[in-house]
This record gives sequence, structure tokens and C-alpha cells, in this order.
Amino acid sequence: MKFDNIIIGGGLSGLTCGIKLAEQGKKCAIVSSGQSAIHFFSGSFDLLSKVNEEEVTNPLESMKALPDTHPYKRVGLDKIERLTNDALHLLVRSGLNLTGQADRNHFTLTPMGVMKPTWLTLSDFTSFDNKDSFPWKKAVILNFSGFLDFHTLFIKDGLKKFDVQAQIKNVSMKQFEAIRKNPSEMRSTNIAKEFDKENAIDEFAQKANVLSDGFDVVILPAVFGLFNKTIADKLKEKIEKPVLLLPAIPPSVPGIRTQITLRERFQELGGTYLLGDNVEEGVFENGRLLEIRTNNHGDIKFEADQFILASGSFYSKGIVATHDKLYEPIFGLDIEGDSDREKWFDEKIFNDQAFMRYGVKTDQNFRAMMNGEPVENLYVAGSVLGGANPLKEGSGAGISLLTSLHAAEQILK
Amino acid sequence: MKKEIFEPYNVSDNNFEQCVKCTICTVYCPVLEVNPDYPGPKQSGPDGERMRLKDPEFYDEALKLCLNCKRCEVACPSGVKIGDIIQSARIKYSKSKPKLRDMILANTDIVGTMASTFAPIVNTAVALKPVRKVMDSVLKIDHHRMFPKYTGLRFETWYRRYAEKKQQEFDKHVSYFHGCYVNYNFPQQGKDLIKVMNAAGYGVHLLEKEKCCGVALISNGLIKQATKQAKHNVEAFKKSIVDKKMPVISTSSTCIFTIRDEYPHLLGVKNEEIRNDSELATRFLFRLIDEGKLNLVFKKNYKKRIAYHTPCHMEKLGWSIYSTSLLKMIPGVELVQLESQCCGIAGTYGFKKENYQTSQEVGKPLFNQIENSKVDFVATDCETCKWQIEMSTSSKVHHPISILAEAIDVEATMKLWQK
Repeated sequence: MKFDNIIIGGGLSGLTCGIKLAEQGKKCAIVSSGQSAIHFFSGSFDLLSKVNEEEVTNPLESMKALPDTHPYKRVGLDKIERLTNDALHLLVRSGLNLTGQADRNHFTLTPMGVMKPTWLTLSDFTSFDNKDSFPWKKAVILNFSGFLDFHTLFIKDGLKKFDVQAQIKNVSMKQFEAIRKNPSEMRSTNIAKEFDKENAIDEFAQKANVLSDGFDVVILPAVFGLFNKTIADKLKEKIEKPVLLLPAIPPSVPGIRTQITLRERFQELGGTYLLGDNVEEGVFENGRLLEIRTNNHGDIKFEADQFILASGSFYSKGIVATHDKLYEPIFGLDIEGDSDREKWFDEKIFNDQAFMRYGVKTDQNFRAMMNGEPVENLYVAGSVLGGANPLKEGSGAGISLLTSLHAAEQILK
Repeated sequence: MKKEIFEPYNVSDNNFEQCVKCTICTVYCPVLEVNPDYPGPKQSGPDGERMRLKDPEFYDEALKLCLNCKRCEVACPSGVKIGDIIQSARIKYSKSKPKLRDMILANTDIVGTMASTFAPIVNTAVALKPVRKVMDSVLKIDHHRMFPKYTGLRFETWYRRYAEKKQQEFDKHVSYFHGCYVNYNFPQQGKDLIKVMNAAGYGVHLLEKEKCCGVALISNGLIKQATKQAKHNVEAFKKSIVDKKMPVISTSSTCIFTIRDEYPHLLGVKNEEIRNDSELATRFLFRLIDEGKLNLVFKKNYKKRIAYHTPCHMEKLGWSIYSTSLLKMIPGVELVQLESQCCGIAGTYGFKKENYQTSQEVGKPLFNQIENSKVDFVATDCETCKWQIEMSTSSKVHHPISILAEAIDVEATMKLWQK
């Protein structure tokens, strides 16, 4: 089966790459081994939140202080600003409603009740300009009775620092009794599915309006709009007070909606999305990857002019560590990382961990290295790249989006 | 002496240790959404397995509510065989005995043989309301269900009488696993397959006595019988694939999925020698076209708007792309790809009175998609999806191979390879 481009990995990076290439008329396929990390999406894409332990105000400016091995530096800071605009426009064209700018971080309130700097925030959530103040004085935190994945006390405690008086109240409705029967299934996506049917929203809004009497703002878990894309907006219309949604424990309802939106955009552009399949190996000739073999398709191989590896980091098994080695499991590509296991990690878990920076080795055009030579038509994008500690820097989504666009541009050149 | 504690008894064949508790599988479970009595794939699968390995008493009979659609496995980012864990647990621990009703539904072979022998009587009888009411109250087969009509002339009989001789005229040959539905209910699908394969230059042969793939036996807990039939089929496949070098093709996605994947995973019946050469006719044809070994010529006047529904086992196989690619090759076809969702029937599951409501609610989003798609008909590779969609929507359903049979210009196609 022949495509122009095949992308290995169906997460944020793979989808961004696929959408960009398909928008330019390329016939693309994405092979994804299962649902992606967008299912854990907090609702905000970070670009750069911290450098050298210092909080970042202007990510574009602060990138200058990053090491030369960092993916942003390797893409080139002269290109990054344009790519951040391109990324935002690509996401908006796909149907996501996002706000934010690359030269000035805004803040969102986390479920721990802390203000966190970020780049782009989904319209479900509230962006704040200032991290030191909260615009409302009296907040009611509403939760669903029996829903254990929304930790209201953390929020209440966090809000105390802003001198906000918060009160926690629970809502019970017969629409949720069925899922409550099974305590392990009282989770955000199942609540969202009830709201999707549109027979719970009016009653819930009514209750919220009664319970929020005397308060300035209503804080709710983000469990609105899984497959139904209009519910979150409808809710905000029906509730009289301002509504502040906060992420609950994953799987994330706005995250799954985001994944579906991006996947649908890719498919509408003619892209082929193969879910639940694994790439097993590739056929190389003269420094080129000719075709790949997948588990589901066996002897029917997938050919392409260019391939993009966007298979994620350790968690997604884009790279694998065993007791004695680090490797890239699909093609056996060269790895940027230490061969001495002792150097992989710091015993203090909150310290900067070296393994976070490990990834597939590439040349300056982001082509994968294999046995010391670049593979002419195999590009690498997203967290499988290495060179960054997204956890410490708050740079994971930015790296995925920008390196994918960069890889796509190399192909489109 | 006390038994040594460290024994492989607490190690699972089905990699439940890989589960990181992300709960993504529960989002895509079609049953959990409509039936809260089902504990969901994570609880029933990897979480429950951990407990059951300690003590089988933790087995929960509610696991029988699983449709075995495998959508949890397709969604799992960690590659856990959640569906297999659940089905294996049912096989290993369930104490509930199959009822008479379950045996009737599961034994598609025996029931099919009897019913097709008396087809006119059976078809009239099971269509009668009073009969359906009795089946509902006595057997607990839901009265809403219409049984697919049984044919008076079985596919195998038709083949021997009218088609077998002609198949020798071809240079290349395949065997056809027709399955129960084609044999007892809908021989036309088998005839369509022969038409298309003959046009492509292949003679079509039957296996040396095929038996039902056993999918319904597995889901109804009749494991001994399923294993026996699986072993029989693997031997029959071997005679074709290994001895005669003839690949086996089928038109039923569930039969082929069961033979390829459920035989080794659930029944422990080895199939390595035959697995790669047992596949769907759509995949077989696609490969030929992809490799430039076959060209299909289509009729100029064929014009249809068709919606493709991905059956659960096609989703798991990842093979719907072959069916849709073939349909897209027909110049007059406008193809609407329906969002992949379970239709709810899951073989014999939806026939059972206690599952009827769940079955229809699971299918509702798909039925809505179909009604809104404004197509001439729906295409799908699974016969039970066909029954469910035809019963629950205003749309007719055709197999991709039957659509090809209708759209192909047989003579012009044959001319391309006849010299």
C-alpha cells in the first residue's frame, strides 16, 4: 500500500504532522498503537514554563537560555516564532478553540489550586493574566456525589492563598445513579457521557444556580462534552454565575474531545488513521526506508516517500530501557543517551533526571541516525527526540507541535 | 509438606501486568455506557485478573455481559489483551451452565442443517408472532428479533451441483471458508464471491468439510465443542494451505478473526501453519491489485452512495481499509465512512432476551449515523451486523464482495488476464 507520507504515532505530534502534510495535499497514513497521551490533556499546551528553575514570562525570549542541544534551539530560534503561529492556526483550523500567545505566558488554575504558566488554553478553561490574584472573592466548588476523581479540598486550600472563601457542595442527580452503582466506574468520562445525551444539563444548571446563590464563581470538574462538542458552551450559558472548570483525574474529557477533533480533521483531509496497530520493522535500502511492516497488515507492506517517527518517549515505548540497554524498538535507531545505567537517573526523584533527555539521535535536519548515518527519508518529531526535560521545563506540547511542523516543512521543501 | 508458594500459577498469559491503570479502555467500552451492571473492561480484565489469580472466588458472573468486541484492546496504549483476559476468565472460572437456549443459538451448524432442511416451515414459523412470543417466554430469545431466513438449497449443495465443475477451468485456485450464514441462510453471498474470484482468474473450492468456526460456542461457554471444531478446521485448512498450496479466503470477518486469533489465544489451538494464508477475500483481492497482478473493470452505469460500517472484529483486525479501498475503486461509488462504533448485536448476544435492550442502546449512535447519512445502502463485512442494522434502521446492508460482484464487468475483467 503506497502513501506519500507515513507517520508512526497518533498523538499530538503525529496528528499535527499528518494534518500539516494532508493540508498540503499529501496522501498520509498514521499508524497508532493505541489511544494517545492527549487522553491525559490538562486543557493547556505549554511552550516553556521554566528555565533553570526560574518561571518563564516570555517563552520566546527565555528559549535563548536553553542549551544548544534542546529541540527548540535545533529547530532554530529564528523559525520558532513563525512555527508557534502556524501551530495555533493549524489547531484552530482543526476546530479547537484556543487562546494564548507565544511571547507571554498566561496562567491557569490547576486542580491543586495553584496558578501555572502556560501557552495555549482550550476555551473550556479560564485563562488568568496574573498569577497572584484571583478575580472572585467567594467561590462554590461543586462536585458530583460519589465522584472521587475531583479533589475539592486541594482546590479549597489553594484558593485560601488568594483570600478566597470557598465552600464545597455536592450534587446528586438520578441520571448518575446508574454509574454510581459501580464505584470504579464513577469517572469523568462516564459522567460526560450522561451529559452528552443532553438530558441532564438543564437540571444540573438549575441546581448549580440554586447552590451558587451568594457566591461569585462556580468551580466544576471538567466533565462536559466528550463526543458532544457543544455541551461545555451550553453549560456556561445556562449557569448564571461565571463558571471555572478545572481538570479532573484522567482520562480527560476535553482531552479526548481534542484527540477526536484532530483525528477527524486528519481524516477529513483524506488521511488514513490506523488505530491499534504496531509497526514491527522497516525495509532499508541505500540509506532510505522503503517500507514498513505492521502487525495487522503482515505481508501487505506500507510504502512511502517519507516517514516520520513520532512514537513518543518511554511511556509510549518510543524508546525502551531494560536493565542493561536503551534502544529504539522499531528500527533500532541510534540513541542519544548514556550507556552507563548508573548515569540514567538521580536517586532523588524530584531532581532533574538524565533519562528524561534521552531520545533518538538525529542529524541537523531531524533525520534519524542509524549506525552513525542519517536515514535519508525518516524524520523524527515529538518527545521521541529527546534533548529536553518536558516535565521540568513545561515544554512537552510545544516540542511536539513545533518539531512536527518543522519535520513536515522539511518534507514539503 | 506445604505447597511451594512461588509457582507460575500467579502469572498470566495475557500480559495484565502491562496495564498502567490509565482507564482509557473504559471510555471505548460500548457496554459500560449503557449497562451499569457490567464492571467495565479495566475492572473485568487486568484488575480482576490480579484478584482471580489469588483466588478464583473473585470471579464475577457479570463478565458474561462483555460483548467480546475487543474495542478495549484497540484503544489500549499499553498493548494489554483486555478482551482476551476477560474471555479466558469466563472460560476458566465461570460456573454457569449454558442453557438450552444458548445451545440452540450457539450450534449454528446443527441448527442450520435442521432448519434449512425444513426451510419453508421454519421460516414461516419463526416469523409468526405467536411463535416468537413462545420463543421469548420459554427460550428467552427476544421476540423483537427476526431470525435470518433459512435457505432451502444450502450453499454447499448448490456448489456441488452447479459450480464445482467449472472451477477446474482456472489456473489459480483458492479455498473458500463460507461459514454458517452463507451455507444455511444466504448462499447468494457465496455465489457473489465465486463470481468475483472467477472474474479475477481464480477457481474457488470448498474445504474438506468445514465446521462452524465456533465463535458462538465460545461466547456461550461451550468450550469443549469449540475446541474440537477448531482442531478440525485447522486440519482442514492445512490440507488446503500446506498440502495443496491453496490459500483460504472467507467473507465473514468474525469467522476469520476467530480462526486466526481466538483459536490460539482462547482455545489454545495452534494455527501458525495456516494463519498467514487464512484471510478475508477483500484483503486477498486488494493484495493482488496492490501488487499489480489484477485489474478490475467496472460497469459504467453503476452509481451508488454507500456507507461503510466497521464491524468490531474488523476494527480489531485493522482490515476495513481493504474493503473501503476496493469500494473506492468503483468509479460510480461515493463512499461515506461511518465513525467506527459497535452495532450492539455481538453474534448471539443480542438475541438473548436479557441483552436485547443493552444491544439496541449500544447500537443507537450507529443507527443514528446511518439514518442521517442518506445513502443507498450500508456496506459491511459481518453478517450479524447486517441483521442488526437491517432490523434497526431503514437501510439495507450488502457485503463489499456482493457490491463488487454487482459492479464488476466480468467479461472485460477476464479478458485482461485471458490470453
